[in-house]
Amino acid sequence: MSESAVLELIGITKDYYGVTVLKGIDLKVKPREIHGIIGENGAGKSTLMNILFGMSVIHETGGFQGEIRIDGEPVVIDSPARAMELGIGMVHQEFMLLPGFSIAENIKLNREITCSNVISRVMGKSMETLDFKAMRQDARSALDHLSINIDETLPVAGLPVGYMQFVEIAREIDKKNLRVMVFDEPSAVLTESEAGLLLEAMRRLSEKGIAILFITHRLDEVMAVAHSISILRDGQLVARMERDQARIDKIAEWMVGRKVERSVLAKRPVAEDEAEDVILEIHDLSVEMPGEVVHRFDLKLRRGEILGIGGLAGHGKIGVANGIMGLYPARGSVFKDGLPVSLNNPRQALLSGMAMVSEDRRRVGLWMDESIEMNISFTAMQVQGKFLWPGPLERLRREDRTAMREHALTMIKDLDIRCTGPQQIVRHLSGGNQQKVCLARALTMKPDILWASEPTRGIDIGAKQLILDYLVRCSREGGMTIVMTSSELGELRRICDRIVIMYEGRISGILPPDASDMEFGMMMAGKYQSGKGVGIDGMA
Amino acid sequence: MKRGGVEVRSFGYFLQLRTGVFSRSMVPAFFAVLCIIGVVVAKLDLNYLINEIFTRLGRNTFLVLSLLIPVVAGLGLNFGIVIGAMAGQIALVIVTHYRIEGLTGLAVAMLIALPLAVLFGWLTGLVLNKAKGREMVTGMILGFFANGLYQLIFLVLVGTVIPMNNPTLLLPSGIGIRNTVDLIGVANALDRALDGIWDGLIMFDLGPIPVGPWRIPLGTWLVTGLLCGGISFLMKTRLGQQMRAVGEDGHIASVAGIPVNRIRITAIVYSTVLAAWGQLIFLQNIGTLNTYNSHEQIGMFSIAALLVGGASTRKAGIGNAILGVFLFHTLFVVSPLAGQAVFGIPQIGEYFRVFLAYGVIAVALVLHAWQNRLPAKG
Repeated sequence: MSESAVLELIGITKDYYGVTVLKGIDLKVKPREIHGIIGENGAGKSTLMNILFGMSVIHETGGFQGEIRIDGEPVVIDSPARAMELGIGMVHQEFMLLPGFSIAENIKLNREITCSNVISRVMGKSMETLDFKAMRQDARSALDHLSINIDETLPVAGLPVGYMQFVEIAREIDKKNLRVMVFDEPSAVLTESEAGLLLEAMRRLSEKGIAILFITHRLDEVMAVAHSISILRDGQLVARMERDQARIDKIAEWMVGRKVERSVLAKRPVAEDEAEDVILEIHDLSVEMPGEVVHRFDLKLRRGEILGIGGLAGHGKIGVANGIMGLYPARGSVFKDGLPVSLNNPRQALLSGMAMVSEDRRRVGLWMDESIEMNISFTAMQVQGKFLWPGPLERLRREDRTAMREHALTMIKDLDIRCTGPQQIVRHLSGGNQQKVCLARALTMKPDILWASEPTRGIDIGAKQLILDYLVRCSREGGMTIVMTSSELGELRRICDRIVIMYEGRISGILPPDASDMEFGMMMAGKYQSGKGVGIDGMA
Repeated sequence: MKRGGVEVRSFGYFLQLRTGVFSRSMVPAFFAVLCIIGVVVAKLDLNYLINEIFTRLGRNTFLVLSLLIPVVAGLGLNFGIVIGAMAGQIALVIVTHYRIEGLTGLAVAMLIALPLAVLFGWLTGLVLNKAKGREMVTGMILGFFANGLYQLIFLVLVGTVIPMNNPTLLLPSGIGIRNTVDLIGVANALDRALDGIWDGLIMFDLGPIPVGPWRIPLGTWLVTGLLCGGISFLMKTRLGQQMRAVGEDGHIASVAGIPVNRIRITAIVYSTVLAAWGQLIFLQNIGTLNTYNSHEQIGMFSIAALLVGGASTRKAGIGNAILGVFLFHTLFVVSPLAGQAVFGIPQIGEYFRVFLAYGVIAVALVLHAWQNRLPAKG
C-alpha cells in the first residue's frame, strides 16, 4: 500500500523507577486500518496507550524515550487535551460517563454548543447558554453513524452496559478531527451479541478513514476485524503480522512466550498416584470482589503442593485468596482438614492456620508508618497471642519487645530485607523489601497454607528470585502448602506443581507447569474449556 | 462478572431512587402535617399567619437559595455560608457607622460585602478542595474558626487597632462593637422599596376586594425572584453544565478536560457572595444586628429549611428552597403558640421545633453517608 501512516510510534522506551516496562516499541497505523494489539497483562499495553494519550502518570514518572509522529511530523503529547487536539480519541476501559446526564449531554461534555446572550457578553464565555437542540442533533448524527437507535435524551443511568459503550464511542466520533481511535479492551464488559455490534461499528469507522488501535486479549475478535496485529510481551514487540498470515495458535504462543526456566525443584515427597492427601477443599466458592469476581470455584488442594492460579486481570484469580481469607464477601463452603472454615471472617481464617500475602501491600499488606518489627509480629500477636508477656487479662498483656526484636532480626536475615534495622519505618523501604516484610509477617503465623497473592508484583528481579526460592523452600523443607496467584505465567511455571487458569471468574482448566505455551494462551483467552479441546479451527 | 456488574448497579440505582423518593416527599409531607396540626391546635388567626409567612419568605429565601449552587457542584450543604454572612455583617457595621441610610445604604453594603465575600469564598474553596469528600464538616469547622477571627476583630481590634469613635456602635468601654446594633438606617429598606407600587397600583386596583391586612415585602420578593431566575439561567449555561458535571463525578469531569478544582472554588465563591447579600436582606427585615449571634444562627436554620423542603445533600432545587422556608417558618410561628395552647408553656413547642430542625439535619446527613456508601459496596 502506498498510503502513509497517520500515526507512528518509533522506539518507545519507558521505565518506572528503574524497571523497564517498554523497550523500543515501533508501531504504525494507516488510515482505514484496524490494528490489533495483543498481550498479557503487564505486557505494556496500557503504558503504551498512556504515552499516546499524554496521561499525567507518564510525565510524573520521568517521561519516556522515543518519538511519536502524526502524518510523519514529530509531535509532543503532554496532556489528554493535546492528544484530543491532535485527533486521538480513546474509549476507556472504565466508562467515563456521567450517569445523571442525558446521552446527548454526555456526548457533548465540555464541548457544549453555546449561544451568546446579554450576560455572557459582560461576564465572558462561561455564561453562554447551552444550545440543547444543536447538541441533540450532533449526538443524534454520531449515534446514527453507529446505527444505534436510542433516544439521545435518555439519562445514561440505567442504560444497558453495551449501550454505554456505544455512547462512549459516539462521544469520540463526535470530535470532528478524529484521526486515530484507541479501543482499550472495549469488549471486556459486553455480551457476545453486543461485542458483535461493536466489531461492526469498528469496521464502519475504519471505512470512514479513521485508523483504529484495538487492544484486547480476545483472540477471536482480533482475528475477526483486524487488518494487522502486533503482539507485546514483557514490554517488547515480539511480532507484527498481517491478518492473512496470522494463526490463532501462533498468536497464543507468542503472547505467552517461551520463558520457562524451571528451577530445580525437589520432587514432591508424596508420590503422585498415592491417594490424594487433601488439606483444603473448596466447594462452590463465589467471591464478590469488584473487578475480580469469582463464580462457583471448586478445588481440592493437596498437602504440601505449590498451586498456581493464573489468568488475565479481571478474571478472578485474585478473588480466590481474598474470598477465602475473608477480605471480600464470599459464599460457598471451605473445609480445612475436614473441618469447615467460616467465610467472611478474617480472624477465623487466620486462626484456622492460613495466612495471606496480599496483592495490595500498601493498603492491606502493610502498616506503612510502623516499624518493620511491628509489621512482622502484629498479626501473630493479635491473632495467636505471640510476642506478649504473660498476664491475667488477655487483652491487657504487654508486648514483648525483646522477642519481637529477636524474631524480626531472624526474618531480616533469612529474607535478606535491606534496611537500617528492625525499627525502620516500612514506608521508607523499597517495594521489594516491603514485599519481603509482608511475607515475613505471613510466615510468622507459621501457617499450614500460605496464600501468596501476586507476591512478586512490581519488585526488582533480585527480590523476586529470593521470594520465589524462599517459597519453594518453605514448601519442600517446611511442608507448607502454598497457593500462589500471579499475573506472570512464567514464574508460576517455574515453581508450581499445578496451575489453575481462571477465565471470567471460573476455572478454565488445570495444567501441569510443562504444558505448552499454546495451551496456556488458549486457556487464558477462554478458548479451551476442559473436555472441549483446543478450538483452533472454525473460529477464524 | 458482567451479569453481576449489571445487577449490582441497577440494585444500587433502585435503592437511590427509593431513598430519593423518601427524602424528597416524606420530609416535606411530615412537616406539612406538623404545621397543620399546630395551626389547628393553636387556633391560629390565619391572617396573622399569612402575614408572618409572607414576611419570612422574603427574609430567608435568598439565604436558602445561596445554598443551591454548591449542592449542584457536589460540595454538599455549604455550612460555610456563615462566613458569607459575616462579610454581610461587616458591611452593615461599616454602613451604619457612616450613617448611609435607606436603599442607598443597602446598596453600598452590598458593594462592600462583595469583595469581602469573594475573598472569603475563594479561601474557603481552597480549603474545601484539600478536603474532598468531607466538605460539609470542613465547612462547618471553618465557620467556627472564622467566627473566632470575627470576634477578635469586633471585640478586641475595633476601637484599639481599628480607630472608631461612635458611642452608639461601641461598647461603653470604647473597645468592641455592642451586642446589638440598631439598624434603623437600613431597616426594611428593601422590603418597603416598592410600597408605592403596592399601595398605588395593586391595592388601588383591588380596592373594593378585601385582601386582608397583609403587607407583602414586594421589593425583597422581587430581588429573590430575580435570584431564582439567575440560578435557573446559570444552570443552563456552560458554567452551570460544568458545575453539574463536577457534582456528578469529579474524575470523569476532569478526564473530559473540565478544571474541577476551579469550578468547585467558583461554586463556593458564588454561594458565599449570595450568602453575604442574603444576610443583608435578612437583617434589613429584622431591623437589628445581633453582632455575635446573627450569622451563627442563619447557617443551621437555612440548611434545615432547605432539607425540610425535601432537598438532599446531592439534589436541591429552587422549589425545595421556597417550600422549605414556607414549612420551616410556619412551624417557627406555630410551635410556641401550639405549645402554649396544649401544655400552657410556649417553651415546649419551641423545644420541639429546635429538636425537629436538628433532627432533620441529622437524618439528611446520615442518608447522605448511606447513599455514598452504596456504590462503594457494589
